[in-house]
Amino acid sequence: MEIISAICLGALFGFVLHRVGASNPQNIINMLRLTDLHLIRAILLGIALASAILFIGLTLGFFDPSHLSVKTSYWGVIIGGVILGVGWALAGYCPGTGVAALGEGRKDAIFFIAGGLVGAWLYMVTYSAFKGMFLLDNILGGKVTLAQTPKESYAVLLDKIPGIIPALIVALVLGVIAWRLPGKTSAD
Amino acid sequence: MSGQLNWFKGGIALGLIFLLTVFIIKPIGVSTQFVILDGIIWNSVSGDLVEKNPDAKSGYASPNAYLNKSGGKYAKNVVKPFNYSFIFVLSMILGAFLSVLTKGPKADTLDRVAPEVWRTRFGEKSAGRYIAAFIGGILVLYGSRLAGGCTSGHMMSGMMQTSVSGYLFAAGAFAAAIPAAFIIYGRK
Repeated sequence: MEIISAICLGALFGFVLHRVGASNPQNIINMLRLTDLHLIRAILLGIALASAILFIGLTLGFFDPSHLSVKTSYWGVIIGGVILGVGWALAGYCPGTGVAALGEGRKDAIFFIAGGLVGAWLYMVTYSAFKGMFLLDNILGGKVTLAQTPKESYAVLLDKIPGIIPALIVALVLGVIAWRLPGKTSAD
Repeated sequence: MSGQLNWFKGGIALGLIFLLTVFIIKPIGVSTQFVILDGIIWNSVSGDLVEKNPDAKSGYASPNAYLNKSGGKYAKNVVKPFNYSFIFVLSMILGAFLSVLTKGPKADTLDRVAPEVWRTRFGEKSAGRYIAAFIGGILVLYGSRLAGGCTSGHMMSGMMQTSVSGYLFAAGAFAAAIPAAFIIYGRK
């Protein structure tokens, strides 16, 4: 059953990434040099919509809180984000969109994926050097969210108010930014 | 490009797929599976990368510190790759392929080698683009692994749960990617 879900949801995700234009490195590079913002608008709207419905669902109880999975905050998240950012701008791919681009038949994506396998391997063999360094030290208690969720093991920054309030405010802000940003795309 | 969704429809589609995966099973993540595939390749060459260990939480252990972390969770997935997360990522290739077949945006022969923004800046020779995509891949996956996630896992899945790690990652990634894109591709 899990495997069937994996095939259906994975295929759907690849399909959507391609349809949104995220697997086209032209769109990523132009987003990053701020000449075509349609993708960042789609991403922000997507996060806002998903977040709003998620927190409404958690509050009303039709979302299973055990499905949440908050990642740990540590210094390497920021440094890793910076390293990824440089490669993202150079290649125009991130891991997910590179995989989708492979299915789309892009040849440069083959080289991106090959490089990705080398990069992940380099991390595997250098990881032990980071252990014990500040890079892997937690920030704000590690697994921490802004808004309260029903999962009590997570630390919460705004722990005095019901999670749905800050979550909806953040979603609204992201949605308004998506709405107000200039667009410009041939499909608009 | 024709067949591409505009930002609004694209944003809704992205939001719904991220929501649907959390509703059914767990948030989307991609970059970990590069490590799993590396592990499968490495283990098939050397054969002693992963071994059964009843004392480990997952039942498997590895002399590689990264595969061995969190009770050998990654080590187990290397010997048992037929699991949700790995099949999910493989299925993304299929999904993007289906999108091309069903009137999704179609890249022409030149675009499949290098996006237009690359060709305008660096010419039509394929070798340069392939090398850039390869180096980009190394940086993107090294950064993702140091950060513990990528654009899907940290930015989209993380920010929808209001995870602090998602905001930290997005800040680091865009702070590096935007200037990098200006420098590499120019501002027009």
